[in-house]
Amino acid sequence: MVGQRIKRTEDPRLLAGVGRYVDDITPQGTLHIAIRRSDQPHARIRSIDVGEAFAVPGVVAIFDAADLDGDLKPAVPTSKMKNYYATPIWPLARGKVRYVGEPVVAVVAESRYAAEDALEHISIDYEPLPFAIRQTDAVADDVPLLHEEAGTNVIISREFARGDVDKAIQDAPVTVKGIFRMTRKTAVAMENRSYLAEWDKRRLALTLHSSTNIPGVIRDVLASCFDLPGNRMRVVAPDVGGSFGGKGSLYHEEMLVCALARKLGRPIKYTSDRLEDLSSTSQAFDELMDVELAVDRDGKLLGLRADVIGDIGAYSIYPWTGALEPVQVVSFLPGPYRLEHYRGRIRGVLTPKPPTGPYRGVGRPSSTFAMERLIDMAARKIGLDPAEMRRRNLVTAEEFPYRTGSGIIWDKSAFQECLRAACDYLDYPSLVRERDKARAEGRWVGIGLASYAELTGIGSRISAAPGMPINTGTETSAIRIDATGAITAAFGISSHGQGLETTLAQIIADELGCTMEDVEVQHGDSALVPMSTGTFASRSAVIGGGAAIVASRTLKAKVLRAAAHLMNQPVEELDASGGIIRSRASNISMTFKDVANAVYSQMGAIPREQREDLAVSETYDPYLGTACSSTHLAMVEIDPETYGVNIKRYVVAEDCGRIINPMIVDGQVQGAVVQGIGAALLEEIVYDDQGQFVTASLADYLVPVATNVPPIGIVHIEADLPNNIGGFRGMGEGGTIGAPAAIANAVSDALSPLSIEVDTLPVTPERIFRMVEAARARNKVV
Amino acid sequence: MSERTEIAVSVNGLSYTRTVEPRMLLADFLRHELGLTGTHVGCEHGVCGACTVLLDGRSARSCLTLAVQADGADIETVEGQGTVEKLGRIQQAFRDHHGLQCGFCTPGFIMTIADMLRHHSLDSDEEIREALSGNICRCTGYEHIVNAVRELAKERGALK
Repeated sequence: MVGQRIKRTEDPRLLAGVGRYVDDITPQGTLHIAIRRSDQPHARIRSIDVGEAFAVPGVVAIFDAADLDGDLKPAVPTSKMKNYYATPIWPLARGKVRYVGEPVVAVVAESRYAAEDALEHISIDYEPLPFAIRQTDAVADDVPLLHEEAGTNVIISREFARGDVDKAIQDAPVTVKGIFRMTRKTAVAMENRSYLAEWDKRRLALTLHSSTNIPGVIRDVLASCFDLPGNRMRVVAPDVGGSFGGKGSLYHEEMLVCALARKLGRPIKYTSDRLEDLSSTSQAFDELMDVELAVDRDGKLLGLRADVIGDIGAYSIYPWTGALEPVQVVSFLPGPYRLEHYRGRIRGVLTPKPPTGPYRGVGRPSSTFAMERLIDMAARKIGLDPAEMRRRNLVTAEEFPYRTGSGIIWDKSAFQECLRAACDYLDYPSLVRERDKARAEGRWVGIGLASYAELTGIGSRISAAPGMPINTGTETSAIRIDATGAITAAFGISSHGQGLETTLAQIIADELGCTMEDVEVQHGDSALVPMSTGTFASRSAVIGGGAAIVASRTLKAKVLRAAAHLMNQPVEELDASGGIIRSRASNISMTFKDVANAVYSQMGAIPREQREDLAVSETYDPYLGTACSSTHLAMVEIDPETYGVNIKRYVVAEDCGRIINPMIVDGQVQGAVVQGIGAALLEEIVYDDQGQFVTASLADYLVPVATNVPPIGIVHIEADLPNNIGGFRGMGEGGTIGAPAAIANAVSDALSPLSIEVDTLPVTPERIFRMVEAARARNKVV
Repeated sequence: MSERTEIAVSVNGLSYTRTVEPRMLLADFLRHELGLTGTHVGCEHGVCGACTVLLDGRSARSCLTLAVQADGADIETVEGQGTVEKLGRIQQAFRDHHGLQCGFCTPGFIMTIADMLRHHSLDSDEEIREALSGNICRCTGYEHIVNAVRELAKERGALK
């Protein structure tokens, strides 16, 4: 089954309109919440007046932070990092608001319509406080503090260094530098965030249905906030309509619905609208990256230094902390290249905006954008072809394992092969000729490459986020064959579009020797296995798939032991496939169903002391992560009338190890590349100088539609991965990492006759227009 | 709020009579009054297309339509296209071509395509992409959806 284009088992319910997302679940007696959010970036709450809100028919209760005093403890995103301050997280703003969109008051009503009606009657008296909305201002001394207790807005600082980078740069024959920035963005999953909490009065237990991709993490933290044991705090992620990281952190509203469900004894539901999603779901990017690269005249990389200021928003997010994005930028900045001297410094600074959190690719879209831009700038400066420049510097097969200047260890991955395959796919030399011909005609046509590597499926040796005290490096698979012969496989992962119900069943079918149809994969429920986290960081196929293999093998051994007795055959002569156990030594066979029936239902069929349940639970820990690598190659043409970027060709060559389901991998790559194209050309969250949120609808925050994007060529390179049980590398994120850099390089190449270097994404028509105008003024070209 | 109004609609061939507030959105009516939760709400401002249904045979944004406007109308939703046991043709093409991942936008795409197949030639990829450009999918990157529609259009043949 593994390696085949198997159609997904989760599809029929989703296609027939009987998927079950949180907002589709409405238990009897459910009350609905609408939230009054801050319209101030930074202000003290003087008073809250609910006015005539209770006169609205259907309004049941109204809460502010004071009403929840003593009901729960805050969530604190702790870290082992030095130089870090953990901002506590409460359901509703206490005393102060720190960004436009922060929840302040919750109205509970019989319907969402009534709750929203009541919001309009509530007035909040604010004392506006000064603030610094831009990260360059917020890092300065003597600026207004968002969290006075922290004593500074710079709540994170970190440095990675190797060698003597200052000397390397000073002595280098060629240097290039720039200040790069991918502007703030947000995930825009199609399903808005939605939460439903139920309080079981008999068991004194909370169940939260959440549109989250980390139900296990949320269970653990809420159990602590509400002082409940894990068997009375359950978090279920049913069908979840995409996340891309946006649903991968703890939210105020998850705490709020739980607190109110327990307080009121009624099911409490909150479903955000799109405005709330855009203005309160975690945001991403927004690092200002001041970077300089030194090379020799042959293009060899000599040294790289970076000073990065990450705008982490008003709070450090749980569990990842605000360090996640910016620290990952300097961790990954050296890329997949051989580079001795490196220093990367970051400061994470608080500003009055929603917190940054995980977004598909985490840090690496920005680091790859900056590094790949520098590579192209250096190549142009020394007159070397950008593909050749990369070939000379990408770590080669003989050099693995290679430790980067920031300490990341790259092991066996197809860095060079991906570059070669992408160039071969589009016939790079002819692509260059085509570009040169177009350029000779005065057209703005350009080619862009981006090579990168990422760590995926990270095991227990390092945290998925810097210094984070929770373990995300293991995964448990509990598989059982029941008395009817049906197979149920439970995992801690939480699939939300990745098709893991299919791919994990493919693995189990192969390893256990059953059919896929016999297996039901369960996930997205904290009650399934003792400890779980969820699906994020390209971990589920690597770690969940690994757990599936280990558990299947253990279970298969049990099945064969039982069958050996029942068939009166030596166990080593038995094997199973397609749900049938056969003996190499005879013609007899048994089905899994026969064995299950004998084990469970036929008294005495197996002697008492030999009988064992056909159930196992196994945990897999890859310890180190796996490296997944890729090269993207794009050709673009810029319309000289509209300044719009038209992507004419696009190819991704990627190494995700052994492929479980090529159809699903293609879908992940295409979807991620298109999100990367969005980041490159369209998507930008904007706060104005008054701290107000400007991009408040999908007419203002643009995401790609079918006409914006080209067909995407994909080359799979399945490099062998000896130290990993399944040979799988994680690949869900990659496309968003490579696409912005490749397109930025292609746009820069297209505009190279004007000496334009793209330093800010998205490179919108307006930004291109301004760059072209400035260049023409500079070059005195009409 | 203002006076409730009685409406009668046909949804997927079944008749319903309900009394609703005039301001109730058709999307909320389908989801919360009739329990047809296959129709999804993604933006409530008419951009994303997740809530698309057919209203008297033509695609409509149920988040920009009031339930009272649908009084007397023949409504089709994704639930009318097929079942888990027997997927409809568009649904099957989506499955065959892996045209969905999280599935949230999918009902809206299916209903848009149902309209487009009836009324548009869809004989080039450009036309197919244009037809899909009012619906946002954040997972697939659209290519597999385009592949599914190309097959459906080919199978349908030229429009009469």
